[in-house]
Amino acid sequence: MCLGIPGRITQIRESDPFPIALVDYGGVRKDACLAYIPDAVIGEYVIVHVGFAIARVDEAEALRTLDVLRAMGDQVTQELGEPLR
Amino acid sequence: MSVINDPVQATCPAPHAEHERVLLGHGSGGQLSARLLHDVIVPGLGAAAADLSLDDAAVLDLEPFIAPADGSAGGGAGSEDLRSGSVVVTTDSFVVDPLEFPGGDIGALAVHGTVNDLAMRGAQPLALTVALIVEEGFALADLRRLVASVGRAAARAGVPVVAGDTKVVGRGCADKLFITTTGFGRRAPRARCSATAIRPGDAILLSGPIGLHGVTVLATREDLGFDADPQLRSDTRPLHRLVQAMLDAGGADVHALRDPTRGGLASALNELAEASGVGILVEEDAIPVPPVVAAACDLLGLDPLHVANEGCAVAFVHPASADAVLAAIRSCPEGAEAVRIGTAVADNAGRVALHTLVGAYRIVDMLVGEQLPRIC
Amino acid sequence: MKYLDEYRDPALARTLLAQLRATATRPWRIMEVCGGQTHTLVRQGIDELLPAGIRMIHGPGCPVCVTPLEIIDKALAIASRPEVIFASFGDMLRVPGSRTSLAQLRAAGADVRVVYSPMDAVSLARADPDRQVVFFAVGFETTAPANAGAVLVAERLGVTNFSILVSHVLVPPALTAILEAEHCEVQAFLAAGHVCAVMGWTEYEPLAAKYQVPIVVTGFEPLDLLEGILMTVRQLEEGRAQVENQYARAVRRTGNGAAQDAIRRVFRVTDRTWRGVGPIPASGLRLAETYARFDADERFGTGDVHAVEEPRCIAGRILTGQSLPTDCSAYGTDCTPRNPLGAPMVSGEGTCAAFYCAGRRAARPVPVTDLTSVLNRR
Repeated sequence: MCLGIPGRITQIRESDPFPIALVDYGGVRKDACLAYIPDAVIGEYVIVHVGFAIARVDEAEALRTLDVLRAMGDQVTQELGEPLR
Repeated sequence: MSVINDPVQATCPAPHAEHERVLLGHGSGGQLSARLLHDVIVPGLGAAAADLSLDDAAVLDLEPFIAPADGSAGGGAGSEDLRSGSVVVTTDSFVVDPLEFPGGDIGALAVHGTVNDLAMRGAQPLALTVALIVEEGFALADLRRLVASVGRAAARAGVPVVAGDTKVVGRGCADKLFITTTGFGRRAPRARCSATAIRPGDAILLSGPIGLHGVTVLATREDLGFDADPQLRSDTRPLHRLVQAMLDAGGADVHALRDPTRGGLASALNELAEASGVGILVEEDAIPVPPVVAAACDLLGLDPLHVANEGCAVAFVHPASADAVLAAIRSCPEGAEAVRIGTAVADNAGRVALHTLVGAYRIVDMLVGEQLPRIC
Repeated sequence: MKYLDEYRDPALARTLLAQLRATATRPWRIMEVCGGQTHTLVRQGIDELLPAGIRMIHGPGCPVCVTPLEIIDKALAIASRPEVIFASFGDMLRVPGSRTSLAQLRAAGADVRVVYSPMDAVSLARADPDRQVVFFAVGFETTAPANAGAVLVAERLGVTNFSILVSHVLVPPALTAILEAEHCEVQAFLAAGHVCAVMGWTEYEPLAAKYQVPIVVTGFEPLDLLEGILMTVRQLEEGRAQVENQYARAVRRTGNGAAQDAIRRVFRVTDRTWRGVGPIPASGLRLAETYARFDADERFGTGDVHAVEEPRCIAGRILTGQSLPTDCSAYGTDCTPRNPLGAPMVSGEGTCAAFYCAGRRAARPVPVTDLTSVLNRR
């Protein structure tokens, strides 16, 4: 039930009472309700849980997390003098 | 000459009504049955079927496959001596829902599934039989199309359909169309593929990506409300040529073969581990999962290792021949993406262990319970 | 898949594990309260790779598992009615009630449908106005906005043959109950990433301060969990007790305001008994009076149900982290996913199911040894 995965909004259509987005998850597409991200735009990434978008993905934060981890990897390499297996 | 003056050639001037439906009478054995056979079944099954004497059973002529006694090069595709080989037989039923999906349909599945069962025992497929159970009311146009698909698949695989049967049951007594097949093959002595031949140290080769068939069928079923890129297609295809290429390259070093269908790669590997009594170790990041399959599995909470396939094979090969056999698989179009995914080991006898992405080990079980009904 | 695959990178995972080994100087006990996180930990074997001394305690993170047996039995009673189409998420189907399960009812002819979203249940109701559609609304705060949304849509579109059977639970009161328990061994928590995407993390700040426990909001992919555990261990080593956010790409401190508004509009906080744990005040949600007409419990008046627990099931001890599935005498023998005695073995988020499907048996499998030479040959 925690199953929430990120996908990219490819279309938005008006619907009563909430807009519906067509979300693309790496080649598989499914509708999601935008009741809780009403200002979402096409091209944005959102986290969808049981058919509702519940959060936007903050791209800057996503990249920052990976940069931090990669820097950590370089640091460990320097300390050990060899890359991790 | 007017059509009316030549009654033998008489055809009804009214156009065929392609909205015609299968009636109970079509299964009764009388004139309607004969019409169905001649108008729909036989034309659809292709050239081999057209030679049918339409007797109740077919005679298989094995002569072309046996080498002459004087040792000179024999006829047929295999030049090795098949006289001491074995006849291999298999049977299968196909109840897939929906009947048609990207990359295939129940007809193609029936041919490929049966050919592959023979191939996984190392046999060259010789002939197929096809029995149909049709629900009253099924559209004749659909039946025609699906039978033609059987014919096309058989022709492409080079395996003739030599006998068949058609039954019609009342509306509601069967869901649209079920197909049952029997396949016959001939196996050379060198091809003794069996789980019991697996030994620790054997390389485990996988001929292609996993999860395509199951996810495609799911995506096509309307009740799930998702659709996918055109590249999401069932992988249904015949693997007998690929198997022959493996046997040509590795001979008796090809210890075991299996095509993971229902229950996915995990179930197939577990069956082999249990039957052979060795352990299996596979690398999670070596297993090829197409991105669209991974996405669908994430969306639906499925494990790609448990999703059905219809066009890939896993082989256990003695390490001395592993590279050669892998190259042979890759030289076939249906095996272009083959990879080594793991090794048979002495530890953990009877179980399948996965070396996970983060570097831990966990046991992979067979599929528990029902995941996807009527997937093949 | 973007924003997923990157967080499964094996090389970065090894980096994090190395950092953990370098950072931890003492044993620590950390609890995660999220079934999705439990499953990633167990499926990837992360819990077995942590430096010796760091122990993950699997908490009551499975809303299916903590749904009271009485509510399961009510669901079964409703699903048995001929006029009802009973819709629920897939993993509810084999959860055992006192006498039967939704799957068994379906096999016997009841109209039970698996849906992906509560909106699918509303669609079913619109498509079939002569039948009653009941949706089993189980979940944490993550799912509450979706269930609220379904009720709001049904209200807006005038769908009257739709109702929900509510079994929502809230995470912060559960953490309090665990921290207040005698012999609480938990020294820190990973907070569930998607619960916090909805609710934010402000409710956890007073808990961290009062009980002096670090709480790190964490995602679900292997790198998320490893980074969340690393951040937690750093706090523990440094003697800090703060709320931090590992899942920064999806969670903000105040969460999703629109989702919270919908929850407040449609639901009210109520006392709730957690199966296997006991009553926890103000730990659940029920429908607000203005939406009482959508309450399946009222609509179908199932009355009092006499629930009978399976005596061998130690779900309560599993859910509070006092026991592991492998400690249970029925685990893997009489209790398997095919024949579950309790919810944690059948739910997609249950700890027992996670263990079983990763092949962990009471007897530890023989560790695979001397494989480096084998693995290097490709």
